[in-house]
Amino acid sequence: MVSQALSVKEVRRALSARGSLLFVESIPGIKYGEIVEVQMPDGEVRVGQVIDVGKEVTIIQVFGGVSEVNVKDVRVRFKGETFKVPVSLDMLGRTFDGLGRPIDGGPNIVPEDWLDINGAPLNPAMREPPSEFIETGISAIDALFSIVRGQKLPIFSGAGLPHNRIAAQIVRQARVRGKEERFAVVFAAIGVTYEEAYFFVEALRKAGNIESIVSFINTASSPVIERIAVPRVALTTAEYLAWRNDMHVLVVMTDMTNYAEALRELSAAREEVPGRRGYPGYMYTDLATIYERAGKVTGKKGSVTQMPILTMPDDDITHPIPDLTGYITEGQIVLSRDMYRKGVYPPIDVMLSLSRLMKDGIGPGKTREDHYQVFMQLIAAYNEGQYLRELSAIVGVESLSERDRKYLNFADLFERKFINQGEFERRDIEQTLDIAWDILSTLPEEELKLISVDNIRKYHPKYRA
Amino acid sequence: MVLGKVMRVIGPLVVAEGMSGSMVYEVVMVGEERLIGEIIGIQGDRAYIQVYEDTSGLKVGEPVEGTGDLLSAELGPGIIGKVYDGLQRPLSVIGEQLGPFVSRGVKVAALPRDVKWFFRRSPKVKVGDKVSDGLILGTVQETPILEHRIMVPPGVRGTLKELAPDGDYTVEDVIAVVDVGGSSKELKLMHKWPVRKPRPYARRLEPIEPLITGTRVLDMLFPIARGGKAAVPGGFGSGKTVMLQTLTKWSRTQVNIYVGCGERGNEMADALHSFRKLKDPASGRPLSEKAIFVANTSNMPVAARETSVFLGVTMGEYFRDMGYDVLLVADSTSRWAEAMREISARLEEMPGDEGFPAYLGSRLAEFYERSGRVVALGEPERSGSLTIVGAVSPPGADFSEPVTTNTLRYIGTLIALDVSLANRRHFPAVSWLSSYSLYVDTVEKWWRELHSDWLKLRSEALRILQRESELMEIVRLVGPEALPDTDKLLLDVAKMIREDFLQQSAYHSIDAYSSPEKTVLMLDIILKFYEEAMKALNNGVQLQRIREAPVKVKIARMKEVPNEEFRKTYEELNKEIMEYFTQVSSGG
Repeated sequence: MVSQALSVKEVRRALSARGSLLFVESIPGIKYGEIVEVQMPDGEVRVGQVIDVGKEVTIIQVFGGVSEVNVKDVRVRFKGETFKVPVSLDMLGRTFDGLGRPIDGGPNIVPEDWLDINGAPLNPAMREPPSEFIETGISAIDALFSIVRGQKLPIFSGAGLPHNRIAAQIVRQARVRGKEERFAVVFAAIGVTYEEAYFFVEALRKAGNIESIVSFINTASSPVIERIAVPRVALTTAEYLAWRNDMHVLVVMTDMTNYAEALRELSAAREEVPGRRGYPGYMYTDLATIYERAGKVTGKKGSVTQMPILTMPDDDITHPIPDLTGYITEGQIVLSRDMYRKGVYPPIDVMLSLSRLMKDGIGPGKTREDHYQVFMQLIAAYNEGQYLRELSAIVGVESLSERDRKYLNFADLFERKFINQGEFERRDIEQTLDIAWDILSTLPEEELKLISVDNIRKYHPKYRA
Repeated sequence: MVLGKVMRVIGPLVVAEGMSGSMVYEVVMVGEERLIGEIIGIQGDRAYIQVYEDTSGLKVGEPVEGTGDLLSAELGPGIIGKVYDGLQRPLSVIGEQLGPFVSRGVKVAALPRDVKWFFRRSPKVKVGDKVSDGLILGTVQETPILEHRIMVPPGVRGTLKELAPDGDYTVEDVIAVVDVGGSSKELKLMHKWPVRKPRPYARRLEPIEPLITGTRVLDMLFPIARGGKAAVPGGFGSGKTVMLQTLTKWSRTQVNIYVGCGERGNEMADALHSFRKLKDPASGRPLSEKAIFVANTSNMPVAARETSVFLGVTMGEYFRDMGYDVLLVADSTSRWAEAMREISARLEEMPGDEGFPAYLGSRLAEFYERSGRVVALGEPERSGSLTIVGAVSPPGADFSEPVTTNTLRYIGTLIALDVSLANRRHFPAVSWLSSYSLYVDTVEKWWRELHSDWLKLRSEALRILQRESELMEIVRLVGPEALPDTDKLLLDVAKMIREDFLQQSAYHSIDAYSSPEKTVLMLDIILKFYEEAMKALNNGVQLQRIREAPVKVKIARMKEVPNEEFRKTYEELNKEIMEYFTQVSSGG
């Protein structure tokens, strides 16, 4: 979607075209980064952006691509503005395509403003450190990888794993305790299948408050190049809701792997020097301009929390897409195929997952005083159990001591009772921590070294009864 | 001034024509919005300019104006506690004036012009003296813990004609006049220095003092020297940022500079907030009273990552010249290298390894080589140091990639972070097998004064850990029961070293900072236990009895003992170990 401009510059033919790039003769006054409309011979209008402006030649990246185009017959109109999308509170409850055009059959929205999809970087000195605990009702996440408002926490998944169900459950259940505030979800589908996209839209619809959801859908069959724009359009809308309308916005973007693939395709078309595995060298920076658009701002009531979802190609966490993402985001929730095969839902890999902002969001007054110690103890005990599992595979369970067998049992309980829960089951943080205590109490009390004596007296089932 | 025209725009790179007469690294103002850029190459009358702000909307034909200046830092009172971007614009001031988003073309002075500082002239300097660069003319108490020493700027030599009396001055007021070969040179509280040019000093000193970090694994096993250089490579989630923040929080220095280069905004915000809250262990004052931040987060203009690194180093050298010990941490140098790669690609230079420019190594060297312990220029004679610690973010935690390998050529301490340790929640996740320090021999003398066996304890601990990793290979094949008791004991002790000594919580109020004395005594106790246990084992005592030793629980809780009480705890534990083993050896 492109805004109206008063004066229009036009070029009536292009020099050449390749992939999604169009080369045209330069005319005076073309701005770097400005938006162009490319009118195809059949009258269809595609949107493009100036990515290289020189004295003789200007290069335009066309959303939708320029394949099968006769360069002599295209018209290129320069709009004199950068890529902007219309925003309005009327967008709540609506569904749009990747460039922000309605696709739900409803009317065009009446824009309150037009905003640049690239946003402006947040001044780091004006950020508030995120510290408000979001209760998702999922034990593994709440207890071990707590999310706070303003955080960006991706889900690293693999093909066929239930990341969408988990994300939908989080969207359904997420709340900040003791607060009734304006809450909105912005959903961006990037190159996913039609089924996946509509699974989400439907899941969100069923969750109740349809009014507070804005969806941007770019399916697998939509133009590849549009995928570059979808997350930015979605985040621009989220920022509008958060910074201008004081809303707490959760942005779910799936699947960022498709975004990175589109970026690679574009880079190849531009004949750039490729970085690792053919992805462009600037992919870190490019991803950062998306992921960094989360946070809380001094003097503003709203917040933007991001939950991008990506599928790790071949389940490889060192692949550039999860790797660079992990370097930017504040932790990651990694799904495990092993756990999935064991029938555990949500199949979270506890060792590889992490929330970097957890420490600021938990503890007395936020969750519970024993939360941090219980978390540390669970991880330590599960770690020990995992190690003993490996060992018992070599030496046999019989040669393990009584203590070791308790740890083996603990690891099983941890997976079956604590992590495993229903897709529609919501556990509040007290329930979650109580389950943690129930399974911890199967270990000898002197093994709970990471929990203070006071907390043991207060919360251990033995003393509680 | 040179006035040219934009002829091409490709992302952060602008090519301008009509630029003959300009110089490489000259600062230019690009376009009608006067975006700040720097010339990085000249060909005929064409200049290749890297622009430090977003270039969207720039047109061919817009003016490009030379300034005749190199990119410079403003150095003077008012610098401490600030948050700057890579061009030394004060972000907090910009935030107050223009709201929370960084817009383009903003020009705000780095040092506040309206603040008056109380200048106290030095009693040793009087009008008529021969003065030369580096001489301390007087001081400004900038914060309760930092005395800002006002020096004659580098390159100024002559006779002092005037020196202002004690009183309040702004950074632009003239506080001294020097006659330099007949012409008068006015000196102010501030001066400027080009960021890419190392500041001069009298001579270099050997790095013989350790930088006390309060982190046990570093102080004891992989020491960093004052004036030395260290790199912290590690995959994501291995705790690089926490490590660097811990270093800037607790290291025994007078000034700390934190350069956040291409990293997370929320982390920067967290650092800023926590530095205002946390107290410096030496002075008890907020850490922000001795810290400067340079923040160029990952979504801010790419080219400014390079300037943020050099800006930080320049400020560090300035305080070093005053005679202070300065620590600079840069998180992360990989992001700076990536910015170099991006600009290089747009310049269509021949790419080297993984697309990085061939000059990657020499740029990294230019940065790390500005560290050092030196005797500063001018009177009174003083020495200062600048220690540099750079984070490296290797893709896929693969240490064979170009930025890591090039960095290793220049640094003295490698603090290798291991993702698998972090996954097991062993923090700080410093790998004892792949880290190293070249400063062990030089700082040993300092440690020997504190504890005569520092070197011996260090070697013994490393030997045990090395042996543990060999034994674990066997355990993985045949299980632990197949090992002889002496090896089992070694595994127990290795576990004690790992869990009770190396693991350290960055957020625990006591454990976060471990004094040198506590550090060395903690290891001393564990190895004392090992020595006595081994003796007992050789005397026929059952391993089970050793494992049951009640003192082990107390050793596990040593971390929580405050630094100042530790000597007492050490005596008690020592006594308890001796008593227990005497008792079990005599069959009791």
